Amino acid sequence: MSLTASEKAGVRAVAEELYARFLATGAAPVETDILQPAGTLLDLYGEDIRARAYVTADPGLGEMMLRPDFTVPVVQAHMRDGAEPARYAYMGEVFRRQEDPQARAREYLQVGFEVFDRAAPAADAEVFALFSDILAPLKLRPATGDIGILMAAVRGLSTSDRRKAALLRHIWRPRRFRALLDRFAGRAAPSPARAALLSRLKSDAPAALVEAAGPLVGLRSAEDIAERATALIEDAQTPPIAAPEAALLYDLLNLQAPALAALAHLRGIAPMLPAITPAIDTFAARLEALQARGVDVANLPFEASHGRTTLEYYDGFVFTLTAGDANLPAIASGGRYDALTAQLGQGGSIPAVGGIIRPELVARLRGDL
Amino acid sequence: MIKIGVPSKGRLMEKTFDWFSARGLSMAKTGNDREYSGEINGIDGVELVMLSAGEIPRELDAGRIHLGVTGSDLVRDKLAGWQTRVIDWQALGFGHADLVIAVPQAWVDVDTLDDLDAAASAFRARHGFRLRIATKYHRLVRDYLTANGVADYALTDSQGATEGTVKNLTAEAIADITSSGETLRANHLKMLSDGPIHQSQATLFVARAADWSGAGRASLAELAKRLGMPLPDLAD
Repeated sequence: MSLTASEKAGVRAVAEELYARFLATGAAPVETDILQPAGTLLDLYGEDIRARAYVTADPGLGEMMLRPDFTVPVVQAHMRDGAEPARYAYMGEVFRRQEDPQARAREYLQVGFEVFDRAAPAADAEVFALFSDILAPLKLRPATGDIGILMAAVRGLSTSDRRKAALLRHIWRPRRFRALLDRFAGRAAPSPARAALLSRLKSDAPAALVEAAGPLVGLRSAEDIAERATALIEDAQTPPIAAPEAALLYDLLNLQAPALAALAHLRGIAPMLPAITPAIDTFAARLEALQARGVDVANLPFEASHGRTTLEYYDGFVFTLTAGDANLPAIASGGRYDALTAQLGQGGSIPAVGGIIRPELVARLRGDL
Repeated sequence: MIKIGVPSKGRLMEKTFDWFSARGLSMAKTGNDREYSGEINGIDGVELVMLSAGEIPRELDAGRIHLGVTGSDLVRDKLAGWQTRVIDWQALGFGHADLVIAVPQAWVDVDTLDDLDAAASAFRARHGFRLRIATKYHRLVRDYLTANGVADYALTDSQGATEGTVKNLTAEAIADITSSGETLRANHLKMLSDGPIHQSQATLFVARAADWSGAGRASLAELAKRLGMPLPDLAD
């Protein structure tokens, strides 16, 4: 399945053509290092990234990774010395370690476009319309979502801040999120060990239990343990998330409809979950901006859970453009990542949205490969 | 001639010899005590190769040996997509060990993966770095924690005396193999209650990448007959 030398040259030519389209919007061309410090990526993504990126060692700089994506270094460059607003275009290889020996793409070209602009809904529409327009001849299938609505719904739950934080922390891990939600909604019972611990904590202080359990080894201190024990007591006293509210969240997780119909549905549930109203207003403003750019929002597919896969940092609008062939990954994908700019911004932050196209897949669909 | 790799020393070697000998195929070390060479008697066309148990997965993967006896934990950890590389022909019923996650006994608030995840989150917020888990089984442990949605941990490499890393402050928890749990208890550690990551035992593996043409396949058929086992399916 690997490409011949001349096929690769063909893919590069497609990439150049896509890159030129991005540059024609006035975007500034940017380059980033292929060798990225592993520490930043590990702190962002956790240990999972090791399964997905090539790790190597530099004698002086320590662990490095072959660039698994452009977004992180482009954000870092912008936060360091970019002016606002900004539009960037880039083109280059990304490297993805594959556990399956038969898997195809270990290194491939990406062409990308990122917008750093405080007018968020307009920027979302600009990016989506640009990608749709460039790829229109391929008649791809769009899919969109908005993780911001889900996050707003979690923040608006009538429950403890600790539970909200736990749910938000796992918003990109659907299975864990669901397990937590089931427990907080009283649908799943706590483990017997948890029940036993809580009953012992009724008569003994956490410090006494720690002492009785054996010598404490390691860096995690008795205070760490006591703090969590207190959190567990508080949590046990927190009533379950009310059934109607939990039902709304389950409903939201499964919401799939054309964008305009989804908006009407969300407007319908907003009175019962008022905290999501600002996120719905953002969604509505985005749809208006998309319509103004000629996107058929009455038929644009929308799924509230779209893009909730691990290793992503999207926290608002998300989109993919896919071909009919289910064996091909998305031809283009992107989304909004406002929190990432704050995390990498050393105090600063700016709303940001962008996406990438895979030129090899474009060449394949055109029949060039 | 097909090559069968077996562990070159210790109980794993002795038990492997016993297992084959109980089925009428005697294996023995040859030369002097320290020399790593051996022979198998009672069957033609099969050659014995003495190897470190830890290297057998790699040799199977490369197809330099046709068959190999080693722990199922090592094959799963060292070979990406192990089922596409080897066939687990027969579990041998010895060398049992569980790969488990263990934390200090004094962590009264941690009993399940769910607790570990929550403790890792709080630990990172308080100490400024991810909760470290010492192990040599990087792939098995990472895949398991990913599948279970555990975040805010870091794997640190430990090739031996892993139970001591917590006391030595180089890790907060460990993932290691244990059979009785005694070493864990002696180091003031306890297993999580979710069950082991993997229950390992010595297993006879078949290398898919080995040369199985002609005489090799006939020798394999003869071996299968002698061991009273069905022929492994080598078709790709």
